[in-house]
Amino acid sequence: MLSVNPFAVAGASLPAGFLQAFLVLMVLAVVAGTLFDIVHKGSARYFFANMRKSKDKGRALGAGERVSIAMQTAVVDVLASGEFCNQKRRVAHLLGMYGFIVYVVATAVMVFGYPTDATPTPAIWPLLWWIGAVMVLVGGYWFWFFIRVDVAAEGNSPFRLAKADLFVLSLVASVTLAVAWAASGGGVGVLFWLYIIATIVLFGGVPWSKFAHMFFKPAAAFEKRVSRANGTAENLPTQTRDDPEQQKRHSMELLRDAPMDMGLGIKREAPRHY
Amino acid sequence: MPTFVYMTRCDGCGHCVDICPSDIMHIDPTYRRAYNIEPNMCWECYSCVKACPQHAIDVRGYADFAPLGHSVRVDRDERKGTIAWRIKFRDGTEKNFLSPITTKPWGTAIPKLAEVPAPSEEIRNSQLLYNEPKWIRMDEGGLRTLKDAGLTLKQGVYY
Repeated sequence: MLSVNPFAVAGASLPAGFLQAFLVLMVLAVVAGTLFDIVHKGSARYFFANMRKSKDKGRALGAGERVSIAMQTAVVDVLASGEFCNQKRRVAHLLGMYGFIVYVVATAVMVFGYPTDATPTPAIWPLLWWIGAVMVLVGGYWFWFFIRVDVAAEGNSPFRLAKADLFVLSLVASVTLAVAWAASGGGVGVLFWLYIIATIVLFGGVPWSKFAHMFFKPAAAFEKRVSRANGTAENLPTQTRDDPEQQKRHSMELLRDAPMDMGLGIKREAPRHY
Repeated sequence: MPTFVYMTRCDGCGHCVDICPSDIMHIDPTYRRAYNIEPNMCWECYSCVKACPQHAIDVRGYADFAPLGHSVRVDRDERKGTIAWRIKFRDGTEKNFLSPITTKPWGTAIPKLAEVPAPSEEIRNSQLLYNEPKWIRMDEGGLRTLKDAGLTLKQGVYY
């Protein structure tokens, strides 16, 4: 099961090029959906206007500094999901993110590289596909049943659906059906068509779901770091206790002998008092 | 000047909902982001602004001066034990403040009134509030401060 390319099995019963055309269509749906989302919400216009404003008010950053900020954004915010304060959410998010990337790449390689049994699939690709799918399912269902804010904090039923759930729900539905379909042998049956429908909802629903956050978030994280570096910091305070000048202030007298890292205070508790 | 939430910054963690003394910060059931359900009832205590780990909450200025570029923003850094304010005035003046956090852990600052003796008739008829001289320590001299008591902050945000 783990070494069989389910797309090659299905491809034998489907018109030639069906799966490849479907995949291309899904990529186009994501691109079109994201662009529509940007135009419809005016988010890009707002984002770049904000960026220009911050650039005009702050000090100019050199090319080296911008590269360094881009590297920090890539490593901390993108690769390690550094913006999450809740570590459980962060782990679930990382599982979902890396699982989805591995799953999608393995799907593309198997669909385009090894479409039929004529070109035998190396065992690594189906295995990676399974690993990616399981990671998405663990992260996705963990998030859905335990971490989602209105389940964890507001005590609502995990089965209560809202528009905000379109992305995570269509993602886990698509991957669950894919796994069920592959486990049942990978033929063209009911499971296959259900998998296709869930996948269309996932990639075709981009304008209405938060699918595109994977493109917006890195840009926002980069802009946030740039505004910190150029001193504007979205008008947020920039003074910290690390600065020896600040340590001399009268108001800092009580913290003179305190360690620089005092640990988390009130945020060590999950917000569930409401 | 009620609070509002930058929806793109908010991640729906619920710290603001938890801390709001008016219980008017709620999580939107559709988008799972925080919002102020009743701006009229917001008294600008800034609790949610300070508690927000993503700096997603701001306080809306009155329409007559809000467009003129003022800003009052705060960063509550629990690891360093500080709270910093950056105040921008309409004329461009900027003021920065940095102070220690003195928040107590949840639940520890609630007086256990059941264990405290009931007020006597004399206290009931007094101008002072219940236990006022004792609890603010004015019956033993001047106002007590950490410095007077020879205390300094210990490790951790609380002391």
